[in-house]
Amino acid sequence: MDFETVIGLEVHAQLLTDTKIFCSCSTQFGAAPNSHACPVCLGMPGVLPVLNKKVVEYAMRMALATHCAINPQNVFARKNYFYPDLPKGYQISQYAYPLAEHGYIMIDTGEGSRKIGITRIHMEEDAGKLIHDDHNPASYVDLNRTGVPLIEIVGEPDIRSPEEAAEYLRRLHEILVYLDICDGNMEEGSFRCDANVSIRPRGQKEFGTRTELKNMNSFRNVQRGLEYEVRRQQYLVENGEKIVQETRLWDDAQGVTNPMRSKEEAHDYRYFPDPDLVPVVVDEAWVADIRAGMPELPQAKRERFVNDYQIPAYDAGVLTADKALAGYYEDVVKLCGKPKIASNWVMGDVMKFLNEDKKSIRECPVSAKSLADMIGLIEEGTISGKIAKEVIADMYATGRTPQEIIREKGLVQITDEGALAKTVAAIIEANPGQLADYRGGKEKLFGFFVGQVMKATQGKANPQMVNDLLKKMLALRQAQDDID
Amino acid sequence: MKLSTADVEYVAKLARLEVSEAEKEKLTAQINDILRYIDQLNELDTMGVAPMSHAIAVTNAFREDRAAQSLEPGDALANAPDARGEFFRVPKVIE
Repeated sequence: MDFETVIGLEVHAQLLTDTKIFCSCSTQFGAAPNSHACPVCLGMPGVLPVLNKKVVEYAMRMALATHCAINPQNVFARKNYFYPDLPKGYQISQYAYPLAEHGYIMIDTGEGSRKIGITRIHMEEDAGKLIHDDHNPASYVDLNRTGVPLIEIVGEPDIRSPEEAAEYLRRLHEILVYLDICDGNMEEGSFRCDANVSIRPRGQKEFGTRTELKNMNSFRNVQRGLEYEVRRQQYLVENGEKIVQETRLWDDAQGVTNPMRSKEEAHDYRYFPDPDLVPVVVDEAWVADIRAGMPELPQAKRERFVNDYQIPAYDAGVLTADKALAGYYEDVVKLCGKPKIASNWVMGDVMKFLNEDKKSIRECPVSAKSLADMIGLIEEGTISGKIAKEVIADMYATGRTPQEIIREKGLVQITDEGALAKTVAAIIEANPGQLADYRGGKEKLFGFFVGQVMKATQGKANPQMVNDLLKKMLALRQAQDDID
Repeated sequence: MKLSTADVEYVAKLARLEVSEAEKEKLTAQINDILRYIDQLNELDTMGVAPMSHAIAVTNAFREDRAAQSLEPGDALANAPDARGEFFRVPKVIE
């Protein structure tokens, strides 16, 4: 049977504020357990939460970046349930009147660009962290994360494959990071995803029974988890079994999903407006103010790179995948004026070194100025592209300027034709066997001669000049012999 | 609208409340009294009146994003029924 997959994703993104959403405790990750806690986030009786204005502003940025309509009035609500990571017995979230609704983002698929709807974006507080004791019937609770601001981005069930799901997440992640409102760290849980997935016979209008997947902490795991779940559901349907609506956890090590075992009762959250928090009214002036402060978004940057710098779409995609990398590249281009050559060096050697060291561009020892200088030195013929490979490795290792390295190592290209001609002549003299073979028709041996000249000059010879000289002198030998 | 004893049991369970049989009878009657009053209110025509979520007319009460001192280490745990080291300790929540 031919099935269609239907996926809808819910993303929770931690906002990069200094303090929690309803109190002045720090949001810094990695502090001693329960050291960022106060009567408000501990849910003590009689306390009053007060909304952090920056949370609203950050959430509005995301709403605008995803083409959502911002509700002029939005209201916080209590979501009631009992769990030890939630000291108040309810989570403050938004329900009937969220911050923003009816947006979308564009994703690239095999069949071109596609629009994925965003149902809503709302603000809420994070819960604490539980650590389970492996040997005793106990769990340990750290409430530092309790009250850290989140936005939940609820997507429409518009996604049709696990691959598209991963692409959608990458795009959302990229936007959040570009907006400077989320650090996007999936391992630390700053960016989390739950997926609703179902299958239906192709052509059927109604959705099939869905399962909810949790615990996928990388883009790759989201894709793998969904691929597994789709296969599992197809197997059930094809064997006449029923799909049970349930929450399942992705097990990365085993590569399977399992039903979540939890003592949590059936969910009946009994949402109601939180009387402690007054409504948030967003007028047009405030929206305009946020819009005016929005940075360039990844999609726009990619298009600008292709148009202004005339680099391939592929290059633009790689260079804009990280905002800091895009900034670095633009600095190099501004300084050297060679966009495509700059792209080759940044995407090639620079990124290779950084990947090997698992470093980000922010930690790159080669400054944009140094890289631009090096490209300038190649362009003016001071060093060859081959030598530049050696120079940039040194620049990366030592953080020195290319000028310093070239001077110290004596790497300046030999462009003195007279001197080079002598070397070329000597090489030809020194290899009579190869010369005879070359003249006998083994034209591949031309490369041998080039190699020998390069070796003799420690790679400093201007390659074009070597080629020209060799061609000229080998032809000359031929002509002389023909006369003899 | 009339609530049954089963409804009361369900709500009590959601609120993690233990209620005796006698209390269930009493609570069912009391809650139904309250709901009868609500029914009376429902007789009013509220078409065109926006639902009210708050009793005061204040909006946009914000604080700036500036960190302040949290509780001193240990104080957060001072009232906890059970703690171990820097953590609250609770009965295990997963099997």
